[in-house]
Amino acid sequence: MMRHTLAVLVENNPGVLARVAGLFSRRGFNIDSLAVGRTENPAVSRMTIVVEGDARVLEQVTKQLHKLVDVIKISDVTAEEYVDRELVLIKVSVDPAHRGEVMQIADIFRARIVDLGRRTLTLECTGNDGKINAFEESLRPYGIKELVRTGKIAMLRGARFTGLQDNGTKEEVQ
Amino acid sequence: MQKRGAEILVECLLAEGVDTIFGYPGGAVLPIYDALYDADIRHILTRHEQGAAHAADGYARATGKPGVCLATSGPGATNLVTGIANAYMDSVPMVAITGQVPTSMLGRDSFQEADITGITLPITKHNYIVKHVDDLARTVREAFYIASTGRPGPVLIDIPRDVSGAVTEYRDSGPVRLPGYCPKTEPDPQQVVRAVRAIEESERPLIYAGGGVINAGAHEELLRLAEMLLAPVATTLMGLGGFPGDHPLSVGMLGMHGSKYANYAVCECDLLIGIGVRFDDRVTGKLEEFAPGATVIHIDIDPAEIGKNIGVDIPVVGDVRRSLQRLIEQLQPRLASRWRDKIMQWKKEFPIQFEDNGRVKPQEVIREIYNVTRGNARITTEVGQHQMWAAHYYTFTKPRTFISSGGLGTMGFGLPAAIGVQVACPGETVIDIAGDGSIQMNIQELCTAVNYDLPVKIAIMNNGYLGMVRQWQELFFNRRYSYTELDNPDFVNLAEAYGAVGMRVTKKAEIRPALEEALRIPKPVVIDFLIEREENVLPMVPPGEPISKMLG
Ligand SMILES: Cc1ncc(C[n+]2csc(CCOP(=O)(O)OP(=O)(O)O)c2C)c(N)n1
Ligand SMILES: [Mg+2]
Repeated sequence: MMRHTLAVLVENNPGVLARVAGLFSRRGFNIDSLAVGRTENPAVSRMTIVVEGDARVLEQVTKQLHKLVDVIKISDVTAEEYVDRELVLIKVSVDPAHRGEVMQIADIFRARIVDLGRRTLTLECTGNDGKINAFEESLRPYGIKELVRTGKIAMLRGARFTGLQDNGTKEEVQ
Repeated sequence: MQKRGAEILVECLLAEGVDTIFGYPGGAVLPIYDALYDADIRHILTRHEQGAAHAADGYARATGKPGVCLATSGPGATNLVTGIANAYMDSVPMVAITGQVPTSMLGRDSFQEADITGITLPITKHNYIVKHVDDLARTVREAFYIASTGRPGPVLIDIPRDVSGAVTEYRDSGPVRLPGYCPKTEPDPQQVVRAVRAIEESERPLIYAGGGVINAGAHEELLRLAEMLLAPVATTLMGLGGFPGDHPLSVGMLGMHGSKYANYAVCECDLLIGIGVRFDDRVTGKLEEFAPGATVIHIDIDPAEIGKNIGVDIPVVGDVRRSLQRLIEQLQPRLASRWRDKIMQWKKEFPIQFEDNGRVKPQEVIREIYNVTRGNARITTEVGQHQMWAAHYYTFTKPRTFISSGGLGTMGFGLPAAIGVQVACPGETVIDIAGDGSIQMNIQELCTAVNYDLPVKIAIMNNGYLGMVRQWQELFFNRRYSYTELDNPDFVNLAEAYGAVGMRVTKKAEIRPALEEALRIPKPVVIDFLIEREENVLPMVPPGEPISKMLG
């Protein structure tokens, strides 16, 4: 099973997230992650959806998403050159004796310490899937008390972009 | 000009060409009903909101124009749900308007609050809650546009009470601008060329036509294409009437209750041309063995239908009518076809038939309905055996004359739908072919028919059973008739109580005179046909089997 990263531009209407999420659950598509936020255009939000499935599933996902009136454009960036990032916050329990070790790990992953408790450290790290997973694994032995990931966001490299077409309309799919 | 939301709504409905609304009032729609009081729109008060939704649906199927229904918040809105789902499954253009609690009370479980946009999310093409009166006009315009273009479907507009009651400066909303909605109507020329080539190379083409043909108004093009190719045409339940059932190239319905010759044709064709269809499981049976030797062309307005259920070799996405026109332009007529001759032979060899034993057979009743109406009636149905007999024994020759719940299979659809059809087609004969079970699901609408002098005829195929379920119990559950026998009211008395005319037929010889009399009476008439109780619908493909394996 292949993972695909879709960049989905949607109208910034209330309920649009429910429409997209409902579609996935109703049709039995598996969402790996979904991140949503504003774009350069305040009327448009962008969802980055990571979905698992073979070519057939992906084709259906794309076509069904297109049918939602609030969905303006869908790009599957998986096969393209793109930058992807995810942010994770991890709270680990560390006694003062191990603090140094954890801070070293943070250094290696270019993570930042964003909060310090008597027995906890909270770290922030950004990167792609692989890096975040590795970071999580390295901290696991110390005891992860809490972990939250944003889900992946992605953008094409270079001059290419997944914004709206000039006429502002949805691409036609066949 | 200063106007109230409700007045703006009515004005926008008029601008969309709405002449009739089917509805039921309540607190949250009081401002709307007040505006309707002296509006130039006909409002039909049904006896249940489900009836209003199905009536709007019937109206839409008969005319091709969006049907409009209206209900109050909470229970009014939830009562529409089955009707909306029904329209969604069969791609019927419809605009459902619901009242909602005032915006300030939303989200607090207020009296008669139901999250109807949430509830109808998966059964509408799109839906709206209008939170500000200034958005109302634009929303109504968009709703009609979305409901009636592309692949049609229901759109719901939820209007909080303070929005319909608010006063604002009313301006025209301007043209619809929906960046995320642009149905593709013109087919890709290259795909058309590929389809033409595949057709030219085929020896045994079969056309499989569905409701999309009727929605697109493509019945003439379909006829032309079939005659050019000498290709047999099988239709789905939804496609009945999209191709003349009495045409030599017609092989009737395919699938679970299809004709043997249609299903054999599917098995032996080398090219299957699906037109406005969705390869539903009731059509394909076991998917892996559906049209095993065929190249598949699929023509449809909805790209998401391509490849949803079955692999398609040549997709043609576009308006069905335009797509067929493009094909026809590039095709040469065939002069002879051994394949056609073979099918003609099958039609003689394996006719759809029943055994006449001198009693009241439902098949014969339907055949007589066809005879006395000379095939010129609009037929609605409920759901069950009688629906399949109607499909088999009434020969539909024109689009929009067979109006039946296909995708959802909604018992209780036929009577309210017949009311909607009769409202849309005042001078025509409208007959609901009903079952004794189904008719009781919306029997209250008899009152609506009587109130508005809508002379619909209701022919109940009364077998004292939930017959279709009983048939499955007989065939697949060892005749254990678990809760499928019905103890019914006296339908004749019931009809009379509502102010309609009731008749009963217990003998074969009475069938025709009763029908003739019913058609003479300019009032709603219920005919209770006491039919052979354990008659089965045949042929039948058992569920999950390939469609070549037919019983009967
Ligand atoms: C609302 C609804 N409930 C249940 C069913 C399941 N169902 C399908 S056919 C049928 C029996 C219908 O009985 P009747 O109307 O008497 O028709 P018959 O099959 O006897 O002709 C039932 C219960 C359904 N289709 N719709
Ligand atoms: Mg029955």
